[in-house]
Amino acid sequence: MAASGLDLERARAEAREIIARYPQPRSALLPMLHLVQSHEGYVSGEGIALCAEELGLTKAEVGAVATFYTMYRRRPAGTYHVGVCTNTLCAVLGGDEILERVSERLGITHGETTEDGTFSLEHLECNAACDYAPVVMVNWEFYDDQTPESAVDVVDRLAAGQPVAPTRGPRTQCTFKEASRVLAGFPDGRAVEGVQAGPATLAGFALAQSRGDAAPDYPVSEAGDGPQEQEQA
Amino acid sequence: MLTPVLSRGWGDTDSFTLEGYRRHRGYEALARARAMDPDALIALVKESGLRGRGGAGFPTGMKWGFIPQGTEGQAAKPHYLVVNADESEPGTCKDTPLMMANPHVLVEGVVIACHAIRASHAFIYIRGEELHVLRRLQHAVQEAVDASLVGDLRIVVHAGSGAYICGEETALLDSLEGYRGQPRLRPPFPATHGLYASPTVVNNVESIASVPSIVLGGAAWFGSMGTEKSKGYTLYSLSGHVKRPGQYEAPLGITLRQLLDLSGGMRDGSELKFWTPGGSSTPILTAEHLDVPLDYEGVAGAGSMLGTKALQCFDQTTSVVRAVLRWTEFYAHESCGKCTPCREGTYWMVQILKRLEAGQGTEEDIATLLDTCDNIFGRSFCALGDGATSPIVSAVQHFRDEFLAGTHTPAWELFPYRASARWGGALAGAQA
Repeated sequence: MAASGLDLERARAEAREIIARYPQPRSALLPMLHLVQSHEGYVSGEGIALCAEELGLTKAEVGAVATFYTMYRRRPAGTYHVGVCTNTLCAVLGGDEILERVSERLGITHGETTEDGTFSLEHLECNAACDYAPVVMVNWEFYDDQTPESAVDVVDRLAAGQPVAPTRGPRTQCTFKEASRVLAGFPDGRAVEGVQAGPATLAGFALAQSRGDAAPDYPVSEAGDGPQEQEQA
Repeated sequence: MLTPVLSRGWGDTDSFTLEGYRRHRGYEALARARAMDPDALIALVKESGLRGRGGAGFPTGMKWGFIPQGTEGQAAKPHYLVVNADESEPGTCKDTPLMMANPHVLVEGVVIACHAIRASHAFIYIRGEELHVLRRLQHAVQEAVDASLVGDLRIVVHAGSGAYICGEETALLDSLEGYRGQPRLRPPFPATHGLYASPTVVNNVESIASVPSIVLGGAAWFGSMGTEKSKGYTLYSLSGHVKRPGQYEAPLGITLRQLLDLSGGMRDGSELKFWTPGGSSTPILTAEHLDVPLDYEGVAGAGSMLGTKALQCFDQTTSVVRAVLRWTEFYAHESCGKCTPCREGTYWMVQILKRLEAGQGTEEDIATLLDTCDNIFGRSFCALGDGATSPIVSAVQHFRDEFLAGTHTPAWELFPYRASARWGGALAGAQA
């Protein structure tokens, strides 16, 4: 136990909390694997054994699931796991160039981790932020509308230990392990930080306001709910 | 022209909080729905004409009506609602900003839907790669629980782990049960044998989020927007070489020309070359199709699909071969490996497209590509395989010359890639 970063007692207690959320225990497996990553930065053999034991599965059954999903890592991720979207739209808008430049700067390529363990890098598939392309993610926080320069600046500042804020996310960048804990279903209390929406999200809303466009008002109900709220007309 | 309903509160900085949502009549629909008979609620959603916003366009109320009710057989088992928030289709970016800006409208929709289908347990399966959206959902569910808005209902926010295939509803269910996310053979359908082999409704985020407005406004109000068979409002996501990418909420049936005119058009010096109406799995269209009504029937009539209304617009600097190769690499990467046509076919199509991109293809390669598509389409276990063929077949149909050029000239020479970048500048780059 001392050999790894896994605090078995604590991890086991947390795993049981996760299991209690579900009608059937096995549903807890994916969040439990996120939990293992929150302790170890990757899915370790010891973590697989813990999941298997708690769920009454074989290690092979757990391993088969862990290797299916791209977010589970077989080697430690960096403190900052950097992903550059290179699916078609982001790639065309400059994602390929961003990946090249960040890769050069960090001295690692897709799937690798820096020797000091600070950064790992991968190219991503579409991350559902195409209206902010090209997009870079650090530990699954959004860095929207990137350029090669801005993306290199983000990793430079992270490397220097300076505070960095995602464009749509909390006030400061979290670590890979902290992110994994949220993924396992343990909130970090930072949901209220950051903007409610970025500029592209609000593009149509703002346009509707400036044009005076609105959806029709709800009809006044027969139940007599009182006066309708006037939405921005 | 624009009809913000889901997005109407997004301008408030606290739009994601319970207080912010209540300012826009949040949870009023829930109170009304609770007073309604569940069957009447299902009838209302049926009557509204709401169709699934996740791509397939299946009538939401009908899906709810398929859940067996009663005390015998399958009906006696627990019923489940599963929200598909695994937004991963390339180009698709509507549910993510919706849940970030206003997760409560989804939570309210979940509680109403569970009342209708008589479920006491709901799951929101959200892709794991968007942490702040997950935080906002966790927070909203907790706020709703603390404010006693969800009653006895249990809502679990479940983060996925990176697998496009889990957007397919039966793969999602397998994943939620703790297995590899691979699609199931149907029938039986989820309505009778879904999660834990129990009656289950799987709905897209935007579909469920539309329900509170239908409860408040009624079916006639909802139907006053949209077209006869595609009723209501929806989120259109504009991206690519356009001046103002973003979310535009409008009645179904608006055209891309109208959306571009409204939003400022293509970037300076740009002309529209090709676009997807609803993500990469929907056949690409061209400038010829600017006036196609963006509703389920209109886009189908043009030989494509409305899909997720992910309008990815590419200009004249873009190599269609490069674009199609990248999408095909995506499908090859995301194929779950369960069935041969998709697993093997996507792999080989990547090899061929790489040759064509490098200007080292042959004319036979183009024929082989189309033949492979023929052998994948309709022969795969799920829609991922069909989707993989869409960009290829449609691109060859509209731009065969560019594929032919791939037999002698690299795509990056024909279309210097830097010119397509945001910082490339359409005209400046093309001359570089």
